[in-house]
This record gives sequence, structure tokens and C-alpha cells, in this order.
Amino acid sequence: MTDYIGTSVKRVEDRRFITGKGRYTDDLVLPGMTHAVVVRSPHAHARIRSIDTEAARQHPGVVAVLTGRDYQNDGYNPIPTGWQIGPDMKEPPHWPLAIDKVRHVGDGVAMVIAENKTIAQDAAERVSVEYEPLPAVVDMNQALRDDAPRVHDDVPNNRSFVWELGDRDATDQAIETAHHVTTYAFVNQRLIPNAIEPRSAIGHHDDARDELTLYTSSQNPHLIRLLLCAFVMGLPEHKVRVVSPDVGGGFGSKIFHYPEEVLCAWATRRIGRPVKWTAERSESFVTDAQGRDHVSKAEMGLDAEGRVVGLRVRTLANMGAYLSTFAGGIPTWLYGTLLAGQYKTPAVHVQTTGVFTNTVPVDALRGAGRPEATFLLERLMDLAALETDRDPAQLRRMNFIQPDEFPYETPVVLTYDSGNYEATLDKALQMAGYDALRRQQEQARAEGRLLGIGLSSYIEACGIAPSKVAGAIGARAGLYDSGMIRVHPTGKVQVYTGVHSHGQGHETTFAQIVAHELQIPMEDVELVHGDTAQIPFGMGTYGSRSLAVGGSAIYKALEKVLSKARKIAAHKLEAAEEDLDYKDGQFTVKGTDRAVGFGDVALTAYVPHDYPEGLEPGLEENAFYDPKNFTFPFGTHVCLVEVDPDTGQVKILRYVAVDDVGNVINPMIVDGQVHGGIAHGVGQALFEGAVYDEGGQPLTGTFMDYTMPRAEDLPAFE
Amino acid sequence: MTRPIHVTVNGTARQAEVEPRTLLVDFLRETLGLTGTHVGCDTSQCGACTVHLDGVSVKACTMFAVQADGHAVTTIEGLAPDGALHPLQEGFHEKHGLQCGFCTPGVIMAAADLLARNPNPTEAEIRHALEGNYCRCTGYHNIVQAVQYAAEKMAATAHVGAG
Repeated sequence: MTDYIGTSVKRVEDRRFITGKGRYTDDLVLPGMTHAVVVRSPHAHARIRSIDTEAARQHPGVVAVLTGRDYQNDGYNPIPTGWQIGPDMKEPPHWPLAIDKVRHVGDGVAMVIAENKTIAQDAAERVSVEYEPLPAVVDMNQALRDDAPRVHDDVPNNRSFVWELGDRDATDQAIETAHHVTTYAFVNQRLIPNAIEPRSAIGHHDDARDELTLYTSSQNPHLIRLLLCAFVMGLPEHKVRVVSPDVGGGFGSKIFHYPEEVLCAWATRRIGRPVKWTAERSESFVTDAQGRDHVSKAEMGLDAEGRVVGLRVRTLANMGAYLSTFAGGIPTWLYGTLLAGQYKTPAVHVQTTGVFTNTVPVDALRGAGRPEATFLLERLMDLAALETDRDPAQLRRMNFIQPDEFPYETPVVLTYDSGNYEATLDKALQMAGYDALRRQQEQARAEGRLLGIGLSSYIEACGIAPSKVAGAIGARAGLYDSGMIRVHPTGKVQVYTGVHSHGQGHETTFAQIVAHELQIPMEDVELVHGDTAQIPFGMGTYGSRSLAVGGSAIYKALEKVLSKARKIAAHKLEAAEEDLDYKDGQFTVKGTDRAVGFGDVALTAYVPHDYPEGLEPGLEENAFYDPKNFTFPFGTHVCLVEVDPDTGQVKILRYVAVDDVGNVINPMIVDGQVHGGIAHGVGQALFEGAVYDEGGQPLTGTFMDYTMPRAEDLPAFE
Repeated sequence: MTRPIHVTVNGTARQAEVEPRTLLVDFLRETLGLTGTHVGCDTSQCGACTVHLDGVSVKACTMFAVQADGHAVTTIEGLAPDGALHPLQEGFHEKHGLQCGFCTPGVIMAAADLLARNPNPTEAEIRHALEGNYCRCTGYHNIVQAVQYAAEKMAATAHVGAG
């Protein structure tokens, strides 16, 4: 039997994608389906005086034209955010179509539904909206002024929340008495996620059964159903099914409950036909929640030996025009808690202010808060090394939490379970040939060439997370997950998970776990995900939680399956359960050749003619898993670049990554995830950045203006 | 309003009435139901819609269907005979050259064009040839390896064939 754990099994999901048989939301066609186009605001901030839909309604082939007033009149609610940051957080209503004001370019004002996409596009141009443009605010410092335009009339100073973590007094004192203080003003620029599949949704209401199905390109189908049913539309949850079929990348941007999902669900109930909406890329640029966008001031104090004694951080976090689903949690709990990094900093204090502006909402993006913390901390480390004339690797090394100090409680409320930070640093330096690189750098400088060596030693809090902790820090949902194992009478197995794969390879990795535990061939295992009608419950995929939480739930369910299977096998073999071994897919009575295979046990469970007294027939088990803590992967990356002194062009010469992510089920898939993460990081460092002009017009509104790394921009990764 | 077109798609002669403004990609996806060709942007930047026109890669979002009249179009569904895999498709599987799979058909079609012109490309040539295709998942590392795998495999097959 193959040992599946730690093996780079080739992905089982590949075949459909490489042959063009993937099934993404926009690929689906339902009988009688109509197509929707959303009319969007060209203004960053304007009062809506009137919306004239008559000409659009008259356009041949148009089925309906709907506005925010229609939605309100039908008695439905705004879209809530999912994270409460303090009791005073301002959470102004986010209607799926704007009612009185538009608050960012791209805010929806009307929905045109027609027989096909082209007709809907033509008719959308006939919707006449009279706007009264208002002064817009884009810059966070300006937004906080008393005389700034208000994005929401009842939110003074555009301040949604102020949040802080850590010991303020101890940190102030540590900074004041430090031997050296490194101070830096940070701009962590706004990014646009740009999953290559534009978002798409189809609402389908079956009148006869009063059942609503929503197909949506989401990382998170159960949460979308919960929000839609419990908060937004007040629908009975058992009459609503949310399906996320193949999803073409997410990177966080497809976690959230978006207006267009609500609109398709609402419109299909009104017109009695399926309604599809698919974003054009230019729409993605003004409707997909964007990422990062922090302005920070940070001070790091060091003692005479170079030990970090305190870190003080003040961050303004741009929320955009509305609070998206996880918006408040990202620049607070997923950011401030990471500011200890790998270091023994005794005092840390962070304050984050969430600010509304007339820009697209901001939420989780690849790493979500944690990369912002890592960048800030690691940049300070480099600057401190430069200012105090120390080697940056050495400065990090002397501040590391040591392997014998775990579990380690940080001053920002995390308890790290384990780690060996020096080991990953050493490995990375050795792979990179760090000392030689430093000599090469000196030599290059002597020749007038600019070689740069970058280091980053990071920690992440992943496997999000214990529900108790999530609740304590304001998340409005639990963060467990579920796994169900259905063993069919022939011994074939289907696995139902509440997490969702949109590139992460769950169909392979999870099948490896099941095949390993049940000791059956992987070909006998199939994963089912992304359908609330099939899967008991789930919290979706984000925060590196799929394997740590979803995989663990599957593991728990497998233990139950094996426990029951053992009872059936013991009965068949007329032996005590404890006298059985399970190996190579067979229960064997210890010390004998009497054995029964897993397939026979499964068949017996469904044809229980000769069966243990009192045991239920069938072999199907469900488990929920709520972890006790986050997981804390860590590592060090080293990057060598050359900068052209004349043009400023940066060429990456080498990239070395050493990561300790714990037990690896499929190294090939894990490496692939790291590759994608590096590309996103390089993208932010060298290419990407969302730009708005002072009036709130996005200047990076297409792939022609917003630059992402292409194949030639990246090196082979080591 | 509409115009008749005759296009050979994946070896099969197809005819249809299309609006002059219908894009080739919409004709493929909506009229013919060939949903393996994807739309990732509206500015010809992402390459998810890459197909072959008379054997040369083109972006199907930047062509009208009427421009394909009288020509032969190959999509990802027609790259290999039913049930078989093209060496590139095999390479992407073997080398984990895809994650979410959305850009993959376009990348494979662009790489097929490269290998037709240059059967033994260097790493730099591969990266250059894929400049018209965005991938947000893989960082391209394994895509390059997948194309190298296919080049080697095709060279070996050609050698055997010639031998």
C-alpha cells in the first residue's frame, strides 16, 4: 500500500482543468436563464436625485429593471459585516443597490435583466441616473478631519472604529528609555486581488418547490447562505442552497458576501426565471473587495546590545466606503496580534483606526493583515540593523524566541505552540550562500552596480481558528469546520468537507488523508465540496484553515468510521475488538490469518444480516472540529535583486524560501502554494498598487494600468 | 442584423448566424458551448481566452467571430483527441503547473504555439512566450517546468518517429 502522507501525489482534479472541462459559475446555463447587468456609479460620491428606468424597460428583450428602492420596498435588509470591532464600531448600512447616495465609483444603482447579456448591456446604457456630485474623500488623514466630507452622513470624522492591543504604558516607557529607537512611516499600498476568474453568480428560484439555489464563485458557500438567510433576506435556510462550483482563484476576495449575490437571489424570486450576473474585469476593479491600504507610524526600541525592548505602532486602515464581511478584523486582530513576529519583544502596543473613504471596500487579501504586520516588523529590523551597524541576519537571530521557550505567550495575546526560528534562518542563509552574497554585494558596489539582499523572517497565525477566541474578538461566526465520511456498500468512499477548494488541491490532499487512514487506494475516495445541499456545514476556505481545521474534522470522522468498522469486523471474525489489527485495509485477528477486508465490512454495514447486537446499520460518520489554538507556521525567505541605477528597474536574481509549515501531506501542493504567495509578495513589492485620484476616480482600472507579475518578472524559486 | 459564418472548430465544420459585434470567445462559449476558453479581462491582457486560429495563438476576446469566418479554430477541448492528453496537458499535470485551473487552457494554448515554433525553448524563451498570460496562483515556476516537460516529451516522440 502506498504511503500517502508526505507524498507528492499528482492532483486528481487536474484532468478537468487541463482538458477545458472545468465548470465555473459562468459556464453554467440553466433553462430560461436571463442575464443581469448592474448600472454603476461613475462618481465617487454623489447624491442620487432620480433614476429613470423607463427607456431601459422599453428596450426589446428586457425582462426587468430594478433599483435599490424596489429592494427596500420588498422588505429586505442591507448586507451586514461579520466582525464587530469594539462596542462603538460604526457600521452604516450597505444596501446591495445604493438608495440615497453613491459612495464609490462602481457602487451599484440599478440592475437590468434581459434575455441575453448583450441586450442587458445595451439597455443598461438607457438607465438615466441624475446625480448631484459631492466632494469625495480618498486620503485617510483628510477623511479624519472635522471638515472632511462624510462618506456616511451619520459617521463623524469617517471613523468606523479605534482599536488597540498590548500594554500602552509599558511600551511607551520601553521606547522612551531605549538606547536606540528606529522610527519609520509606512505606506502599505492598496492592492487589487484580481483572481483571474471574474466573480459570477446565478440565482434560480424554483416557484413550485419554493426553493432558491444560488450558484456563486465563492470561497465560502455556507457562510453566504447563512448571511443571506439569517440577515439579508430572511429566507428559510432549508429552502436555500448555495453552490460554489469550480472557482478560479480567490486570494480572499471571494470570501465575502457581495451585493450581486443578493441581487441575483432577489431578482430570480421577482421574475421567476434564473438570473446570471458575471463581472467584466473593469467591474472587478471597482467591486471586488481590495486589500491592505495601511498608513502607519512605527517605533522600535533597542537596548545597547541590540535587543528589541519595545514596539509602538499607530495604523490607519482604509475600510473603503462600506464595511465588507471581514473588514474590521483584518487590520486589527489579524494584524496587531502578529506584531511580535519571531522576536522576544517584551512590550508591544498597537492602535488601529478604521477609516471610511470614497473608495472600493477593503477586506482580506492573501495573508490578510499578517503580511502587513510582517512587512512592518521586518522593515524595522532591516532599518534598525542599518542604523546600529549590525548585520540584519544577526540582529534577527539575537532577538529570536528560543526553541526551549515554547509555548510562548506574546505581549499581543497569541500563544505560539512551537518553533525553531534559527533553524529556518540558518537553512535559508546557507542555501542562499549569505556570506558569499554579502562579499558579492560589496564587490558589485565597488563596480557601481547595485545588488540588494532582502531577508524576511515571518510567523503566521493560521488554521483560523478557535471559535471561542473568534467570538471573544468580535467575529460574528464560529470558526470550526465539518467533515463527513460516507462509505458506500462497495467500500468506495465519499468525503464531504465544509472548506472549499479554488486551487488548493483539496480533492487530492484530503483523499490522501482518507486513503491513508482507511488504508484503501486513493482512487476509491472522492471529495465533495462547495454545495450546501450536500455538506452538513462549513466555514469555507481562508486563513490557511482548510487542512488544519477541515482536514482535522475529516480525521475525526475517520476515527469514528474505523471504530464502527472494528465493531463489525470483530463480530464477523468472532473476536474481541482489542484483538484486531488493522493493516493494509484488513482487520486481522492478532497472531492468526483470520481477516476481513474493509470492503466486506462496508458491505456488511449495509447488508446487516449477521451483525453486532444493538449497532446501527450503515457506515457514515460526521464530525465537527474546533481547534484549541491557531497554527504558527514560520520561516525565512532571502531575495537577491539587482537594481539598474539608471532606470530603477529591479531584477530578481534569486529567491530562496525556507518554510516550516508542520506536517506536510503533499509537498508538491505545499510548494505550489508557497510559489503563489511569493508571486503575490513580489507583486506588491515591485508592481502592484491601486491608485485613486483626489476625486476618487480609480486610475488603475484595467490590467493595462494595474501591473501584476508576469512569467518574465519572476525567477525560478529555490 | 446577423451574418452567417463558417468556421472549422476543433476539426468540425460549424456554421452560425452571429451579430457582427459578437466576439469570437462569446461565439465559442455561448453559441458552441465550448466553455474551456475563459474570459478573464476585457483588454487582451490576461490570455485566459487564448485559442489557435489556423494554428497560431490568438486572444479570442480581441477578435470578432466574423473574423474567424473561413478559418480553423482550435480550443483547449480540441488540442488532443478525445481521451488522450497533449504532452503539454500531461506536463501541466505532472509538474503541478496549475492550481485553480482558470488561466490554464489559455496558458496551454499559448505554450502550444511556442513549441510549434520553437520545439526546444530555453527557460527565458518560455517565460517570454507566456508574457501574454496572467497566472495568479502558481508564480509561473511550475508552468515553466510543465512546458519544459512537454518539449522534452515531444522531442523524444519526434525522435522515435523519425528513428
